[in-house]
Amino acid sequence: MDHPLILNAEGVNKSFAGFKAITDLNFYLTEGELRTVIGPNGAGKTTFLDLITGRTKPDTGTITFGALTELVPLSEHEIVRLGVGRKFQTPTVYTDHTVFENLLLSLEGVRGVWKTLFSKTTSTDIDRIDEILKIINLGSRRTDLAGSLSHGQKQWLEIGMLLAQNSKLLLIDEPAAGMSDDETALTGELLLKLAGKHSIIVIEHDMVFVKQIATGRKVTVLHQGSVLCEGSVDAVQNDPRVIEVYLGRKKAA
Amino acid sequence: MTHSLLVRPIAKKEWTFTAIIAFFFIVVMPLLNSFGFISDFTINLWGKYLCYAMLAISVDLLWGYTGLLSLGQALFFSLGGYMMGMYLMRMIGDMGQYHKDMPDFLVFLGWEQLPTFWKPFSSFPFAMVMVLVVPGLVAYVFGWLAFRSRVRGVYFSILTQALTYGASLMFFRNDMLMGGNNGFTDFRFILGFDIRSPETKRGLFIVTAMILTVTFVGLRCLTRSRFGLVQQAVRDSENRVLFSGYSSPNFKLFIFVLSSLIGSVGGALYVPQVGIINPSEMTTDNSLEAVVWTAVGGRGTLIGPIVGAVSVNALKSWATRAYPDLWLIILGGMFIIVVLFMPKGIVGIPGMVRDWLAKRKRQKEPMEDAAIKKTEEEAA
Repeated sequence: MDHPLILNAEGVNKSFAGFKAITDLNFYLTEGELRTVIGPNGAGKTTFLDLITGRTKPDTGTITFGALTELVPLSEHEIVRLGVGRKFQTPTVYTDHTVFENLLLSLEGVRGVWKTLFSKTTSTDIDRIDEILKIINLGSRRTDLAGSLSHGQKQWLEIGMLLAQNSKLLLIDEPAAGMSDDETALTGELLLKLAGKHSIIVIEHDMVFVKQIATGRKVTVLHQGSVLCEGSVDAVQNDPRVIEVYLGRKKAA
Repeated sequence: MTHSLLVRPIAKKEWTFTAIIAFFFIVVMPLLNSFGFISDFTINLWGKYLCYAMLAISVDLLWGYTGLLSLGQALFFSLGGYMMGMYLMRMIGDMGQYHKDMPDFLVFLGWEQLPTFWKPFSSFPFAMVMVLVVPGLVAYVFGWLAFRSRVRGVYFSILTQALTYGASLMFFRNDMLMGGNNGFTDFRFILGFDIRSPETKRGLFIVTAMILTVTFVGLRCLTRSRFGLVQQAVRDSENRVLFSGYSSPNFKLFIFVLSSLIGSVGGALYVPQVGIINPSEMTTDNSLEAVVWTAVGGRGTLIGPIVGAVSVNALKSWATRAYPDLWLIILGGMFIIVVLFMPKGIVGIPGMVRDWLAKRKRQKEPMEDAAIKKTEEEAA
């Protein structure tokens, strides 16, 4: 594995009014890797994504994207333009726009106010959108309003929007939440198809789903804002510390 | 596939429809007026309605299309009116009560000479440029501060309300040199024409109808371009817009400035037609009324605010004469009815009727199917 790192977070700390959400977090992701992050509630998974995407700023620590780009001083839309795409936990698509329009707005390129005023939809744009529609299995819903899609389809559309953006790094927060088993399996296949071409961080609770996408890959366990352990799915699941973190909580509850 | 600037193309039928309506207002109504079939009073009244329609469009562009409820649009309307008013005041010349070549209120305040900032307003082109520059600048500075600090939702509404209230207090002061609480009135000439003559009023009506048409067509294209899609995406999911790499504050700022200009032009056309502008035009109630017109007509559409502004004001003209005490209750009641039962306003009524009919048909069909089955079974 001599792939270069795409994400490099070192010594990251973040606290909210005294509550330490992230403590001395070190996290490295190589290019093309599909990494699953698990951890009990409140482990800091979503905060970690917030820090990468510039939604909140770390108190200390550095987050580097690619070889050199320091993400901390950049604003949200600047980080997106570098190639970091985020899918939210609840599907966030433009419900009053068609599936096609959702993807069109996400296409890489036109972003400024003046440019959007005078931008034409080229045939390259349309080809690219059709290509993505095929990948996310929504070809037949092209002209439907995104609001009329099922929960699972909205999640795929949002993943498609990240593809349209040409994101190098996809941050995917609980893609299987609220999905049927079939939809979950399809989502897993979709993510496996994208791994390699994109670097992906998936945050997930559903262990069946984690096994589907993480077999043969590295899984990171977060606990109380820092990395508890990393390794293969089986290794992680049998790690006494992980069991304690999960089961210990259950006992307490 | 077309290589058009419009992501959502506009049907030919719609162009034809727009052209017919525009032709009626720009050509037919003035002609009927000049032959005496429509009274001068009516033309003047409708001229005012069309100016209100500009104001309502400016509200809707922000509220209906971008999700920003501005309660300060009356400020921009009035600022445009004041800029036009300054020109009209200069055109009175020395025909005022004091027979000096400056506005009466300045003489009254003891000014011997015209204050410097008043001087260039003798030029019509300068005044017209100011109609765009002054409100545009106010909107730019306010919007820049508000959107950069991520002021959203109800806080944005409250701030815009405070802005217009503050401005009205400022204009009430005599040392602002803008006429204090009396404002500007007793206009005589515009571009050399007698402002009170029916011909001038007809001309102003035509110009208003033309500018409204241009605004309507321009915005129709804008809201269907990629820009318009981003604008409506900001309304529906601003987070996603940010995480798609758009700087949503810039988009909101652009729309805020643009709608301030539309409101301002509406105000500049309004003042010569009503013959007066004073700080009471800036109050929040006026902004709120424009919000009601937009809601009643149908927000999130462009035709809605026009329909709303015209119909509510036509109703107002009638009701304030027939039931002067009840007008505010009628207005409030209308707003409540629209919010509760007609989210898409007047222009949404055909859609509601269609949905209702379709629903009724669906309910009926299974019953009919069941009935047919039953008779079939009985026959067997």
